[in-house]
Amino acid sequence: MRPSGSRASLLALAAALAALPLVLANNYTYEVAILVGLNAITCVGLNLLVGYAGQISLGHAGFFGLGAYGSALLAARYGWPPLVSLPAAVAAVGVLAWAIGRPILRLRGHYLAMATLGFGVIVSIVLSIEDRVTGGPDGMAVPPLQVLGFTLQGERIWYWVVAAVLLAAVWLAQNLVDSPHGRALRALHGSETAAAALGVDAARHKLFVFVLSALFAATAGGLAAHYAGFITPAKASFLHSIELVTMVVFGGMASTAGALVGAAVLTTLPQLLTMLKEYEMVVLGAVLMGTMIFMPRGIVPTLEKVLAAARRKPD
Amino acid sequence: MLLRAENLTRRFGGVSALEAVDLELASGAVHAVIGPNGAGKTTLLNMLSGIYRPDSGEIRLGGLSLAGRAPHEFAAAGIARTFQNLQVFPDMSALENVMAGRWLRSRAGLAATLFRLPSFRRLEEECRAAAEELIDEVGLARWRDARADALPYGALKRLEIARALAAGPKLVLLDEPAAGLNPGETRQVDELIRRVAGRGVTVVLVEHNMKLVMEVSDHVIVLDQGRKIADGEPRSVSADPLVIEAYLGAGALRAAA
Repeated sequence: MRPSGSRASLLALAAALAALPLVLANNYTYEVAILVGLNAITCVGLNLLVGYAGQISLGHAGFFGLGAYGSALLAARYGWPPLVSLPAAVAAVGVLAWAIGRPILRLRGHYLAMATLGFGVIVSIVLSIEDRVTGGPDGMAVPPLQVLGFTLQGERIWYWVVAAVLLAAVWLAQNLVDSPHGRALRALHGSETAAAALGVDAARHKLFVFVLSALFAATAGGLAAHYAGFITPAKASFLHSIELVTMVVFGGMASTAGALVGAAVLTTLPQLLTMLKEYEMVVLGAVLMGTMIFMPRGIVPTLEKVLAAARRKPD
Repeated sequence: MLLRAENLTRRFGGVSALEAVDLELASGAVHAVIGPNGAGKTTLLNMLSGIYRPDSGEIRLGGLSLAGRAPHEFAAAGIARTFQNLQVFPDMSALENVMAGRWLRSRAGLAATLFRLPSFRRLEEECRAAAEELIDEVGLARWRDARADALPYGALKRLEIARALAAGPKLVLLDEPAAGLNPGETRQVDELIRRVAGRGVTVVLVEHNMKLVMEVSDHVIVLDQGRKIADGEPRSVSADPLVIEAYLGAGALRAAA
């Protein structure tokens, strides 16, 4: 029952992504859609770590930023074709995530939050002060992505690139969740003692999902760099890390649809609220607080519960 | 002999929870561990499942030396358990709980999992079928797709047993499987334990319900204040003066004499 259900939701997502350009009026709306997609790729990965495995990371913008700068530097300074520099940077971030994840994933709760936060801050500081390499706070130009001699440029092409990668990310995440590995992760979240008694090696699983979520973030980061043609350390900042976690929690933890909704709402809402000028942040904050007070489990799980209750009533 | 433990000792800040306990568990038998509150029964189970490391002593399963290893390695060696204070996974369905229990036998490679390769699908089907069979066997068919936190207490007790059996362990440790159950539910657990043992799985049972202990067990181990005071067939143990004294106090023995 469950696998076919996830296939249906994947098809629904594909249909929505295919239909969305019909309502995207101009380049600006395309750009917002691309930003949503890039954040969604990161959040789908982060949700595996935070929502399913129950581990926190306040440093995922660090992985996003390293994916972006890694691919940008390999392409701009060493002349690698971006189609090679991007996966190379993502792989390198994976190795780094493995190396730092091994010691810090022994920590739990607040301590893990502090350690990942520290990692994120270090990355953003290094990117800012190594200005001879990275251009410092002013950022650096990034060569465009080329596929088979064809240069990917413009919002309308990038929309499809990001949509395809997002679909792949959701597919991979769903495959993981509906598998013995996914059940082991959720088991860890439920009771680490009971999971261990079933033979689940907690340390290995946490490390694996930490690395996987870092790969997702680095991929989104690399794509963001080549799409925008320019990158600044702001993308690796602590603030961006917090935004990503907020999206996951807001949309609903342990729900891939929730990660998508969280990314979509919290990326578009600030854009819509710019018309409120100085009140923008006040309203955004009020929306966040209201949602968490009235839907503490996040938007998607709460709506699912309401719908299930409504369906049960008639009979 | 399936498992042999020697000289198991564990102290918590000077208080010995378990002191030099020797243990032999025969294959396919039901072994009950009894004793007054605080005798060290749960400490013993925690050691046999790797949750506590013994301060000294050795645990051997087959040719394998287990003392000092991590809990997941005990599980991999074929030791499964349930918990006195239930530890089901609340946000998974009953079926998923049991499927999670089959982790050791169901995992495909990572690539096969992430890309849904045929080898993954075959294992996943097999895992689901095995879990469904267990759910039916413990009488939880009507709760199969319900979230575990929606199940009544008695059903959760049986769900934990099903989860512990899912990977096909050699030895299963049951920590008070009948605690808080009504007589009808206790009978179901009783039958379940017999069936499990009948299939050749060795059972260790910590239980306060003496009727259940006397009915299902082949071998009884009595602990008192961290020491083993008796060990043998149910009938001989229940007549042992040391056991009666531990349970009823020395006065009772004198009064009986």
